[in-house]
Amino acid sequence: MTPTQADIDHEMALRREAYEKAVAAGATPVHHPARDYAPYRSSALRHPKRPPVPVAVRYDPEAVELTSPAFGATDVTELDNDLTRRHPGEPLGERITVSGRVLDRGGRPVRGQLIEIWQANASGRYAHRRDRHPAPLDPNFTGVGRTLTGDDGGYTFTTVKPGPYPWRNHTNAWRPSHIHFSLFGTAFTQRLVTQMYFPYDPLLAHDPVLQSVTDAAARRRLVAAYDHALSRPEQSLGYRWDIVLDGPTAAWTEVR
Amino acid sequence: MTSSAPRTPAHTIGPFHGYALPFPGGGDVAPAGHPDAITVHGQVLDGAGAPVPDALLEFWGLGPDGELPRATGSLRRDPATGEFLGRDGIGFTGFGRIPTDADGRWALRTLRPGARGRNAPYLVACVFARGLTHHLFTRVYLPEPAERLAADPLLASLAPARRATLLAVAEPRGTYRFDIHLQGAAETTFLEFA
Ligand SMILES: [Fe+3]
Repeated sequence: MTPTQADIDHEMALRREAYEKAVAAGATPVHHPARDYAPYRSSALRHPKRPPVPVAVRYDPEAVELTSPAFGATDVTELDNDLTRRHPGEPLGERITVSGRVLDRGGRPVRGQLIEIWQANASGRYAHRRDRHPAPLDPNFTGVGRTLTGDDGGYTFTTVKPGPYPWRNHTNAWRPSHIHFSLFGTAFTQRLVTQMYFPYDPLLAHDPVLQSVTDAAARRRLVAAYDHALSRPEQSLGYRWDIVLDGPTAAWTEVR
Repeated sequence: MTSSAPRTPAHTIGPFHGYALPFPGGGDVAPAGHPDAITVHGQVLDGAGAPVPDALLEFWGLGPDGELPRATGSLRRDPATGEFLGRDGIGFTGFGRIPTDADGRWALRTLRPGARGRNAPYLVACVFARGLTHHLFTRVYLPEPAERLAADPLLASLAPARRATLLAVAEPRGTYRFDIHLQGAAETTFLEFA
Protein backbone atom coordinates (compact mmCIF):
# COMPACT_ATOMS: atom_id res chain seq x y z
CA MET A 1 0.00 0.00 0.00
CA THR A 2 1.39 3.36 -0.95
CA PRO A 3 1.48 5.54 2.15
CA THR A 4 -0.59 8.71 2.28
CA GLN A 5 0.68 12.13 3.32
CA ALA A 6 -0.98 11.54 6.70
CA ASP A 7 1.00 8.30 7.16
CA ILE A 8 4.26 10.07 6.32
CA ASP A 9 3.39 13.09 8.52
CA HIS A 10 2.82 10.67 11.40
CA GLU A 11 6.14 8.86 10.85
CA MET A 12 7.98 12.19 10.68
CA ALA A 13 6.31 13.43 13.87
CA LEU A 14 7.41 10.26 15.70
CA ARG A 15 11.02 10.77 14.58
CA ARG A 16 10.95 14.43 15.67
CA GLU A 17 9.48 13.52 19.07
CA ALA A 18 12.05 10.77 19.63
CA TYR A 19 14.84 13.21 18.76
CA GLU A 20 13.52 15.99 21.00
CA LYS A 21 13.12 13.56 23.87
CA ALA A 22 16.69 12.34 23.44
CA VAL A 23 18.05 15.90 23.42
CA ALA A 24 15.99 16.80 26.49
CA ALA A 25 17.55 13.78 28.20
CA GLY A 26 21.04 15.11 27.43
CA ALA A 27 21.89 13.74 23.97
CA THR A 28 24.10 15.93 21.77
CA PRO A 29 22.11 17.87 19.14
CA VAL A 30 22.52 16.49 15.62
CA HIS A 31 22.84 18.94 12.73
CA HIS A 32 22.83 16.55 9.80
CA PRO A 33 20.01 14.24 8.73
CA ALA A 34 20.02 10.60 9.80
CA ARG A 35 20.93 8.39 6.86
CA ASP A 36 18.29 5.83 7.89
CA TYR A 37 15.24 8.04 7.63
CA ALA A 38 12.34 5.74 6.70
CA PRO A 39 9.81 8.50 5.79
CA TYR A 40 12.14 9.16 2.82
CA ARG A 41 11.50 5.78 1.25
CA SER A 42 14.50 5.70 -1.11
CA SER A 43 16.81 5.66 1.91
CA ALA A 44 15.77 2.12 2.90
CA LEU A 45 18.35 0.18 0.87
CA ARG A 46 20.87 2.97 0.45
CA HIS A 47 22.15 3.71 3.94
CA PRO A 48 24.93 1.80 5.67
CA LYS A 49 23.78 -0.03 8.79
CA ARG A 50 27.14 0.15 10.51
CA PRO A 51 28.16 3.45 12.09
CA PRO A 52 30.92 5.33 10.23
CA VAL A 53 34.43 4.74 11.54
CA PRO A 54 35.77 7.94 13.16
CA VAL A 55 39.12 9.12 11.82
CA ALA A 56 40.78 11.83 13.91
CA VAL A 57 42.31 13.74 10.99
CA ARG A 58 42.95 16.74 13.20
CA TYR A 59 45.75 14.71 14.76
CA ASP A 60 47.04 13.69 11.33
CA PRO A 61 48.24 16.75 9.39
CA GLU A 62 49.14 14.40 6.52
CA ALA A 63 45.54 13.26 5.98
CA VAL A 64 44.53 13.91 2.38
CA GLU A 65 41.01 14.80 3.55
CA LEU A 66 42.39 18.00 5.12
CA THR A 67 43.16 19.29 1.64
CA SER A 68 40.84 20.12 -1.23
CA PRO A 69 41.01 20.46 -5.01
CA ALA A 70 41.62 23.90 -6.47
CA PHE A 71 39.18 25.59 -8.84
CA GLY A 72 39.92 28.81 -10.65
CA ALA A 73 39.24 31.25 -13.45
CA THR A 74 39.12 28.56 -16.15
CA ASP A 75 36.43 26.56 -14.31
CA VAL A 76 33.76 29.25 -14.12
CA THR A 77 32.76 31.92 -16.65
CA GLU A 78 31.47 35.32 -15.61
CA LEU A 79 27.91 34.51 -16.68
CA ASP A 80 27.72 31.20 -14.86
CA ASN A 81 26.04 32.70 -11.80
CA ASP A 82 23.20 34.20 -13.86
CA LEU A 83 20.82 31.37 -14.77
CA THR A 84 18.48 33.77 -16.60
CA ARG A 85 21.02 34.64 -19.31
CA ARG A 86 22.06 31.27 -20.65
CA HIS A 87 19.70 31.14 -23.64
CA PRO A 88 18.70 33.65 -26.32
CA GLY A 89 15.28 34.30 -24.76
CA GLU A 90 14.04 35.20 -21.32
CA PRO A 91 13.00 32.36 -19.02
CA LEU A 92 9.52 32.36 -17.51
CA GLY A 93 9.00 32.96 -13.82
CA GLU A 94 9.68 35.27 -10.94
CA ARG A 95 13.23 36.68 -11.04
CA ILE A 96 15.15 36.19 -7.81
CA THR A 97 18.62 36.93 -6.47
CA VAL A 98 20.08 34.54 -3.91
CA SER A 99 23.07 35.91 -2.04
CA GLY A 100 25.00 35.02 1.07
CA ARG A 101 28.31 34.06 2.58
CA VAL A 102 30.05 30.71 2.98
CA LEU A 103 31.74 30.34 6.36
CA ASP A 104 33.64 27.60 8.13
CA ARG A 105 32.77 26.27 11.57
CA GLY A 106 34.89 28.96 13.15
CA GLY A 107 32.91 31.68 11.36
CA ARG A 108 35.73 32.50 8.95
CA PRO A 109 34.95 33.20 5.28
CA VAL A 110 35.60 30.35 2.84
CA ARG A 111 37.37 32.11 -0.04
CA GLY A 112 37.69 31.22 -3.72
CA GLN A 113 35.82 27.91 -3.46
CA LEU A 114 33.38 26.42 -5.96
CA ILE A 115 29.60 26.59 -5.51
CA GLU A 116 27.36 24.78 -7.99
CA ILE A 117 23.57 24.98 -8.05
CA TRP A 118 20.78 23.25 -9.97
CA GLN A 119 17.03 23.60 -9.84
CA ALA A 120 13.65 23.03 -11.50
CA ASN A 121 12.18 25.76 -13.71
CA ALA A 122 9.33 28.03 -12.62
CA SER A 123 6.83 25.25 -13.43
CA GLY A 124 8.60 22.69 -11.25
CA ARG A 125 10.23 20.76 -14.10
CA TYR A 126 13.90 19.76 -14.35
CA ALA A 127 15.73 19.82 -17.67
CA HIS A 128 16.49 16.13 -17.07
CA ARG A 129 15.13 13.42 -19.35
CA ARG A 130 13.98 11.30 -16.45
CA ASP A 131 11.80 14.04 -14.95
CA ARG A 132 8.32 12.91 -16.09
CA HIS A 133 6.38 15.66 -14.31
CA PRO A 134 4.05 16.90 -17.09
CA ALA A 135 4.77 20.57 -16.37
CA PRO A 136 6.27 22.44 -19.34
CA LEU A 137 9.96 22.64 -20.04
CA ASP A 138 11.26 26.16 -20.62
CA PRO A 139 13.52 26.42 -23.69
CA ASN A 140 15.13 29.48 -22.09
CA PHE A 141 15.97 27.89 -18.76
CA THR A 142 18.27 24.98 -17.96
CA GLY A 143 18.65 25.57 -14.24
CA VAL A 144 22.41 25.10 -13.69
CA GLY A 145 24.80 27.68 -12.24
CA ARG A 146 28.21 27.96 -10.63
CA THR A 147 30.45 30.56 -9.07
CA LEU A 148 33.55 30.98 -6.91
CA THR A 149 33.18 32.58 -3.49
CA GLY A 150 34.73 36.02 -3.04
CA ASP A 151 37.28 37.19 -0.49
CA ASP A 152 34.52 37.62 2.10
CA GLY A 153 33.10 34.16 1.29
CA GLY A 154 30.26 35.88 -0.57
CA TYR A 155 28.30 34.56 -3.53
CA THR A 156 25.35 35.70 -5.63
CA PHE A 157 23.10 33.86 -8.09
CA THR A 158 20.42 35.37 -10.30
CA THR A 159 17.73 32.91 -11.32
CA VAL A 160 13.98 32.31 -11.32
CA LYS A 161 12.08 30.92 -8.37
CA PRO A 162 11.75 27.16 -8.89
CA GLY A 163 8.26 25.67 -8.73
CA PRO A 164 7.24 22.87 -6.38
CA TYR A 165 6.97 19.45 -8.01
CA PRO A 166 5.39 16.06 -7.34
CA TRP A 167 7.44 12.95 -6.59
CA ARG A 168 6.62 9.34 -5.86
CA ASN A 169 7.66 8.96 -2.23
CA HIS A 170 4.02 8.58 -1.21
CA THR A 171 0.57 9.44 -2.62
CA ASN A 172 0.29 13.16 -3.38
CA ALA A 173 3.90 13.88 -2.37
CA TRP A 174 5.16 17.36 -3.36
CA ARG A 175 8.62 18.79 -2.92
CA PRO A 176 8.63 22.42 -1.70
CA SER A 177 10.42 24.92 -3.96
CA HIS A 178 14.15 24.43 -3.48
CA ILE A 179 17.54 25.04 -5.05
CA HIS A 180 20.19 22.31 -4.86
CA PHE A 181 23.62 23.54 -3.71
CA SER A 182 27.03 21.84 -3.91
CA LEU A 183 29.97 23.40 -2.06
CA PHE A 184 33.69 22.85 -1.55
CA GLY A 185 35.73 24.14 1.36
CA THR A 186 39.44 24.28 2.04
CA ALA A 187 39.31 20.64 3.21
CA PHE A 188 37.51 17.76 1.52
CA THR A 189 35.97 16.98 4.92
CA GLN A 190 33.91 20.17 4.42
CA ARG A 191 32.25 18.95 1.22
CA LEU A 192 28.55 19.79 1.33
CA VAL A 193 25.57 19.02 -0.90
CA THR A 194 22.31 20.45 0.36
CA GLN A 195 19.13 22.29 -0.63
CA MET A 196 17.92 25.82 0.03
CA TYR A 197 14.23 26.45 0.70
CA PHE A 198 11.99 29.54 0.60
CA PRO A 199 10.24 31.07 3.62
CA TYR A 200 6.52 30.63 4.29
CA ASP A 201 6.20 27.57 2.07
CA PRO A 202 3.33 25.39 3.37
CA LEU A 203 4.98 22.28 1.90
CA LEU A 204 8.01 22.48 4.23
CA ALA A 205 6.18 20.70 7.05
CA HIS A 206 5.16 17.81 4.76
CA ASP A 207 8.50 17.14 3.08
CA PRO A 208 10.45 14.08 4.24
CA VAL A 209 13.64 15.37 2.63
CA LEU A 210 13.67 18.53 4.76
CA GLN A 211 12.25 16.73 7.79
CA SER A 212 15.08 14.18 7.64
CA VAL A 213 16.86 16.95 9.56
CA THR A 214 15.16 16.26 12.89
CA ASP A 215 16.67 19.28 14.69
CA ALA A 216 14.25 22.23 14.35
CA ALA A 217 16.97 24.90 14.51
CA ALA A 218 19.06 23.07 11.90
CA ARG A 219 16.00 22.82 9.61
CA ARG A 220 15.45 26.57 9.88
CA ARG A 221 19.01 27.12 8.66
CA LEU A 222 18.03 25.56 5.31
CA VAL A 223 15.37 28.23 4.71
CA ALA A 224 16.55 31.46 3.09
CA ALA A 225 15.38 34.83 4.42
CA TYR A 226 13.57 37.30 2.21
CA ASP A 227 15.81 40.39 2.18
CA HIS A 228 14.31 43.53 0.73
CA ALA A 229 17.74 45.16 0.55
CA LEU A 230 18.71 42.48 -2.00
CA SER A 231 15.64 43.04 -4.15
CA ARG A 232 16.31 45.04 -7.32
CA PRO A 233 13.76 47.64 -8.45
CA GLU A 234 11.62 46.51 -11.40
CA GLN A 235 13.75 43.37 -11.61
CA SER A 236 14.01 40.72 -8.91
CA LEU A 237 13.26 39.73 -5.31
CA GLY A 238 16.19 39.05 -3.01
CA TYR A 239 16.88 36.17 -0.66
CA ARG A 240 19.76 35.84 1.76
CA TRP A 241 21.20 32.45 2.61
CA ASP A 242 24.44 31.98 4.54
CA ILE A 243 26.07 28.56 4.58
CA VAL A 244 28.34 27.12 7.28
CA LEU A 245 30.52 24.19 6.23
CA ASP A 246 31.00 21.35 8.67
CA GLY A 247 34.05 19.15 9.02
CA PRO A 248 37.49 19.68 10.48
CA THR A 249 40.00 21.73 8.53
CA ALA A 250 43.74 22.25 8.78
CA ALA A 251 43.03 25.84 9.94
CA TRP A 252 40.66 24.52 12.57
CA THR A 253 43.43 22.29 13.89
CA GLU A 254 45.70 25.30 14.30
CA VAL A 255 43.26 27.41 16.28
CA ARG A 256 42.45 24.64 18.73
CA MET B 1 34.70 20.05 19.93
CA THR B 2 32.67 23.22 20.11
CA SER B 3 32.03 25.75 17.39
CA SER B 4 30.63 29.22 17.15
CA ALA B 5 28.84 28.97 13.81
CA PRO B 6 25.94 26.51 13.55
CA ARG B 7 26.60 24.37 10.50
CA THR B 8 24.30 23.92 7.52
CA PRO B 9 22.77 20.43 7.32
CA ALA B 10 23.40 18.19 4.32
CA HIS B 11 20.66 16.87 2.02
CA THR B 12 20.39 14.18 -0.59
CA ILE B 13 21.72 15.02 -4.04
CA GLY B 14 18.37 13.74 -5.42
CA PRO B 15 17.75 12.08 -8.79
CA PHE B 16 18.32 15.03 -11.14
CA HIS B 17 21.94 16.08 -10.60
CA GLY B 18 22.98 14.38 -13.84
CA TYR B 19 22.52 17.43 -16.06
CA ALA B 20 24.20 19.74 -13.56
CA LEU B 21 27.22 18.25 -11.80
CA PRO B 22 28.94 15.73 -14.09
CA PHE B 23 31.24 17.18 -16.75
CA PRO B 24 32.99 15.67 -19.78
CA GLY B 25 36.23 13.96 -18.79
CA GLY B 26 35.21 14.04 -15.12
CA GLY B 27 36.80 10.61 -14.61
CA ASP B 28 39.86 11.29 -16.77
CA VAL B 29 42.08 12.94 -14.20
CA ALA B 30 45.43 11.59 -15.45
CA PRO B 31 47.21 13.89 -17.90
CA ALA B 32 47.52 12.34 -21.37
CA GLY B 33 50.24 9.70 -21.68
CA HIS B 34 51.45 9.98 -18.08
CA PRO B 35 53.49 6.91 -17.04
CA ASP B 36 51.89 6.77 -13.56
CA ALA B 37 48.31 6.57 -14.83
CA ILE B 38 46.09 3.91 -13.28
CA THR B 39 42.46 2.93 -13.75
CA VAL B 40 40.21 2.30 -10.75
CA HIS B 41 36.73 1.02 -11.48
CA GLY B 42 33.82 -0.69 -9.83
CA GLN B 43 30.14 -0.79 -9.17
CA VAL B 44 27.91 0.90 -6.58
CA LEU B 45 25.39 -1.55 -5.08
CA ASP B 46 22.49 -1.12 -2.67
CA GLY B 47 21.45 -3.33 0.25
CA ALA B 48 19.62 -5.74 -2.06
CA GLY B 49 22.69 -6.07 -4.28
CA ALA B 50 21.05 -4.00 -7.03
CA PRO B 51 23.18 -1.52 -8.97
CA VAL B 52 22.74 2.15 -8.05
CA PRO B 53 22.38 3.94 -11.41
CA ASP B 54 22.05 7.49 -10.09
CA ALA B 55 24.98 7.86 -7.73
CA LEU B 56 27.70 10.48 -8.14
CA LEU B 57 31.22 9.66 -7.02
CA GLU B 58 34.00 12.12 -6.32
CA PHE B 59 37.67 11.25 -5.91
CA TRP B 60 40.54 13.30 -4.60
CA GLY B 61 44.13 12.24 -4.25
CA LEU B 62 47.75 13.28 -4.03
CA GLY B 63 50.17 13.20 -6.93
CA PRO B 64 52.59 10.29 -7.41
CA ASP B 65 55.26 11.85 -5.18
CA GLY B 66 52.79 12.60 -2.42
CA GLU B 67 52.53 16.24 -3.47
CA LEU B 68 49.30 18.19 -3.23
CA PRO B 69 47.81 18.90 -6.69
CA ARG B 70 47.25 22.65 -7.07
CA ALA B 71 46.32 22.80 -10.77
CA THR B 72 42.86 24.19 -11.54
CA GLY B 73 40.81 23.38 -14.63
CA SER B 74 38.88 20.22 -13.73
CA LEU B 75 35.72 21.92 -15.06
CA ARG B 76 37.41 24.08 -17.70
CA ARG B 77 34.91 26.08 -19.72
CA ASP B 78 34.85 27.75 -23.09
CA PRO B 79 34.27 31.50 -22.67
CA ALA B 80 32.81 31.71 -26.19
CA THR B 81 30.06 29.11 -25.84
CA GLY B 82 29.87 28.71 -22.06
CA GLU B 83 30.09 24.93 -22.57
CA PHE B 84 32.56 22.56 -20.95
CA LEU B 85 35.90 22.35 -22.75
CA GLY B 86 37.28 19.37 -20.88
CA ARG B 87 40.60 19.24 -19.06
CA ASP B 88 43.70 20.55 -20.81
CA GLY B 89 45.42 17.13 -20.66
CA ILE B 90 48.50 18.64 -19.04
CA GLY B 91 47.75 19.76 -15.49
CA PHE B 92 46.90 17.26 -12.75
CA THR B 93 44.03 18.59 -10.61
CA GLY B 94 43.66 15.38 -8.58
CA PHE B 95 39.88 15.78 -8.64
CA GLY B 96 37.52 13.37 -10.38
CA ARG B 97 33.74 13.30 -10.56
CA ILE B 98 31.87 10.39 -12.13
CA PRO B 99 28.15 9.58 -12.34
CA THR B 100 27.42 5.84 -12.21
CA ASP B 101 26.03 4.38 -15.42
CA ALA B 102 22.72 2.48 -15.80
CA ASP B 103 24.49 -0.59 -14.38
CA GLY B 104 25.89 1.28 -11.38
CA ARG B 105 29.42 1.19 -12.84
CA TRP B 106 32.11 3.86 -12.85
CA ALA B 107 35.74 4.18 -13.93
CA LEU B 108 38.40 6.64 -12.84
CA ARG B 109 41.67 7.20 -14.70
CA THR B 110 44.04 9.04 -12.42
CA LEU B 111 47.66 9.05 -11.28
CA ARG B 112 48.90 6.51 -8.77
CA PRO B 113 48.74 8.45 -5.50
CA GLY B 114 51.82 8.86 -3.36
CA ALA B 115 51.69 8.77 0.41
CA ARG B 116 52.33 11.22 3.22
CA GLY B 117 53.28 10.42 6.79
CA ARG B 118 52.45 6.94 8.07
CA ASN B 119 49.44 6.62 5.77
CA ALA B 120 49.57 4.10 2.95
CA PRO B 121 48.66 5.61 -0.45
CA TYR B 122 44.94 6.09 -0.93
CA LEU B 123 42.33 8.02 -2.87
CA VAL B 124 39.62 9.90 -1.00
CA ALA B 125 36.17 8.86 -2.24
CA CYS B 126 32.86 10.57 -1.59
CA VAL B 127 29.52 8.96 -2.50
CA PHE B 128 26.35 10.92 -3.26
CA ALA B 129 23.03 9.34 -4.30
CA ARG B 130 19.31 9.72 -4.33
CA GLY B 131 18.10 8.12 -1.09
CA LEU B 132 21.33 9.02 0.69
CA THR B 133 20.47 11.96 2.95
CA HIS B 134 24.12 12.74 3.71
CA HIS B 135 27.10 11.81 1.55
CA LEU B 136 29.48 9.01 2.56
CA PHE B 137 33.27 9.19 2.74
CA THR B 138 35.56 6.24 2.25
CA ARG B 139 39.16 5.58 1.13
CA VAL B 140 40.41 3.50 -1.79
CA TYR B 141 43.71 1.94 -0.70
CA LEU B 142 45.88 0.48 -3.43
CA PRO B 143 47.56 -2.90 -2.95
CA GLU B 144 50.95 -2.27 -1.36
CA PRO B 145 53.51 -4.33 0.51
CA ALA B 146 51.87 -5.80 3.64
CA GLU B 147 54.18 -3.83 5.99
CA ARG B 148 53.15 -0.59 4.34
CA LEU B 149 49.45 -1.35 4.76
CA ALA B 150 49.98 -2.65 8.31
CA ALA B 151 51.59 0.67 9.27
CA ASP B 152 48.57 2.68 8.10
CA PRO B 153 46.77 3.88 11.25
CA LEU B 154 43.25 3.48 9.87
CA LEU B 155 43.78 0.06 8.28
CA ALA B 156 45.56 -1.17 11.39
CA SER B 157 42.55 -0.25 13.52
CA LEU B 158 40.07 -2.32 11.51
CA ALA B 159 39.06 -5.98 11.75
CA PRO B 160 40.23 -7.95 8.66
CA ALA B 161 36.80 -8.12 6.98
CA ARG B 162 36.18 -4.38 7.42
CA ARG B 163 39.72 -3.57 6.32
CA ALA B 164 39.27 -5.65 3.15
CA THR B 165 36.43 -3.39 1.99
CA LEU B 166 38.92 -0.51 1.68
CA LEU B 167 41.47 -2.37 -0.44
CA ALA B 168 41.26 -2.14 -4.22
CA VAL B 169 41.90 -5.46 -5.98
CA ALA B 170 44.67 -5.46 -8.60
CA GLU B 171 43.77 -6.49 -12.13
CA PRO B 172 46.10 -6.62 -15.14
CA ARG B 173 47.58 -3.48 -16.78
CA GLY B 174 47.47 -0.98 -13.94
CA THR B 175 43.76 -1.50 -13.29
CA TYR B 176 42.14 -1.88 -9.88
CA ARG B 177 38.64 -2.94 -8.87
CA PHE B 178 36.80 -1.25 -6.01
CA ASP B 179 33.10 -1.97 -5.47
CA ILE B 180 31.05 0.17 -3.11
CA HIS B 181 28.34 -1.61 -1.11
CA LEU B 182 26.07 0.96 0.52
CA GLN B 183 24.52 -1.67 2.79
CA GLY B 184 24.57 -5.41 3.50
CA ALA B 185 27.01 -8.15 4.47
CA ALA B 186 29.80 -6.68 2.32
CA GLU B 187 29.01 -3.10 3.37
CA THR B 188 31.91 -0.76 2.61
CA THR B 189 33.64 0.81 5.60
CA PHE B 190 32.58 4.44 5.62
CA LEU B 191 34.42 7.13 7.54
CA GLU B 192 33.68 10.27 9.48
CA PHE B 193 36.32 12.87 10.19
CA ALA B 194 36.76 14.63 13.48
FE1 LIG C 1 15.01 18.79 -6.47
